[in-house]
Amino acid sequence: MGAKILFNIVQVLVVMLCSPLVKGVLDRFKERVQSKKGPSIFQPYRDIWKLFHKDEVVSDESSWIFRFTPYVVFVAPIFVTLLIPVLTDYPLFFAFMGDMLAGGSILALAGFFATLAAIDTGNPYGPMGASRTRMVGFLAEPVFMIVFFTVSFVAGSTIPYIVQQAWITPLANFFEPAHVLVMLAFLMLIIAENGRIPVDNPSGHFELAMIDESKALEYSGRGAALMKWGGCMKFFVLLCIFLNVLVTPWGLADGASIGGLLLAIPLILLKILVFLVVLVAIESSLAKLRLFRIPEFMGAAFVTSVVAVVVQLIEM
Amino acid sequence: MNQLNALAGGLFILTVFGIVGLRQVIGCLRLFVMQSVLLAVSALILGIETGSIHLFAVAGLTIGTKALLIPWLLYRLLSHEIHARREIRQVLNIPTSLLIAAGLTIFAYFTVRPLLDINSSAFIRVNLPIGMGGIVVGAFAITMRREALPQLLGILTMENGAFMAGISIAPNLPLIAELAAAFDVLIIALVTGLLTRRIHRRVGTTRVGDMASLKEE
Repeated sequence: MGAKILFNIVQVLVVMLCSPLVKGVLDRFKERVQSKKGPSIFQPYRDIWKLFHKDEVVSDESSWIFRFTPYVVFVAPIFVTLLIPVLTDYPLFFAFMGDMLAGGSILALAGFFATLAAIDTGNPYGPMGASRTRMVGFLAEPVFMIVFFTVSFVAGSTIPYIVQQAWITPLANFFEPAHVLVMLAFLMLIIAENGRIPVDNPSGHFELAMIDESKALEYSGRGAALMKWGGCMKFFVLLCIFLNVLVTPWGLADGASIGGLLLAIPLILLKILVFLVVLVAIESSLAKLRLFRIPEFMGAAFVTSVVAVVVQLIEM
Repeated sequence: MNQLNALAGGLFILTVFGIVGLRQVIGCLRLFVMQSVLLAVSALILGIETGSIHLFAVAGLTIGTKALLIPWLLYRLLSHEIHARREIRQVLNIPTSLLIAAGLTIFAYFTVRPLLDINSSAFIRVNLPIGMGGIVVGAFAITMRREALPQLLGILTMENGAFMAGISIAPNLPLIAELAAAFDVLIIALVTGLLTRRIHRRVGTTRVGDMASLKEE
């Protein structure tokens, strides 16, 4: 009992503390591939630290939503952390409070508030970015649904801990076509949801072309820090779902010992590191799509997930 | 083994969707090569499992003609077409056609369902619906595309789909039939390629969708 509480706290701490690092490593990798030197991998920490010590400026025209949003954006990934396997492969306390759909809806709630806040200030770039994010979001929604349906078909459940077991016992399940296709579709989803390159350019500073970034343009000081940190954590949490539930459900702590738990931390970071290399390869070899080509990208993801369902149906 | 075969099948149907949904001509051609390789892999797996030498021959023929010879031929004949015209025009936009293609695949699955109830070996259950889907979606690609080369790839996709279904139903088809089919396909590609080249030289474009009216000289 006590150990489980401790484990939960450690999970949340890992997500909170390691997520800026992941972003830093990703940025650094990307710059290195473009043969630049790149910022230090600890730059996101410094940014967040700096922002926390700056004054916050809030527009007089904005309502409470603008002030409230950074907290929602910051807290939502933490709640999702409680539902998914970050370090352990057996369910902790809150694992049965919600399944993957619940996790998705919590993240969607944060997205919803971010959209409202972007519209709230009256900054012309905010609503533009917000509506574009919504466009990508509603195109991603059906893919999410079908992926979850496929997963629940195979595992008989949408609780991430149970799904994770279903893919690897027996090991042959890992090569299940539905599994490989779901992985592909989910990879495309992660790219779209986090505004990575074929969909959006995360390092672009041109407001008219921004999708994801422009929502947080109006924030300063603590609000900006929370939004930034929340964004990093969302990325980290999605990676945990992708890697720990779908792709490589190995290397998680299986006992109640502290040592196993501590060993699981570098393992998950290693997995994420490998994934980041793949992501950088994808990002560096593709160009950003035009806005109206995004439906084609998401259409490809949708078809991939539909094929996963069809193949699964055929086999049954 | 069954899982690997199903994986090859799943990726196969994905490449079929790619033939419908990809914009670049050269991308379509590469996907077709991948598709043929996947077909060969499926044939190999089936060959190992059923112990049929014919299936090894099918795999070899598929690699030889469809993954090497036909792409090379098309590349030689239509290199201008492939490189200069990067984007393909479509009758419907791409998300819509992808959705229709997905619907057609499910339709194909339901049409072969009664057959699966009769004989349900694991391989037939995978290959027959996917092959059927390949045929239907390939036909759809032909109607959808307005350029000569992607239409040709649509025909070849149908052919691949037929093979995909065929190797599971009749693993002991005489070798001569397979040889005939392989050369048939080769000739189709050659003739269509030459024809397209002629059209291109005369009219300056290969958008066959635009050539609605006959012209007398």
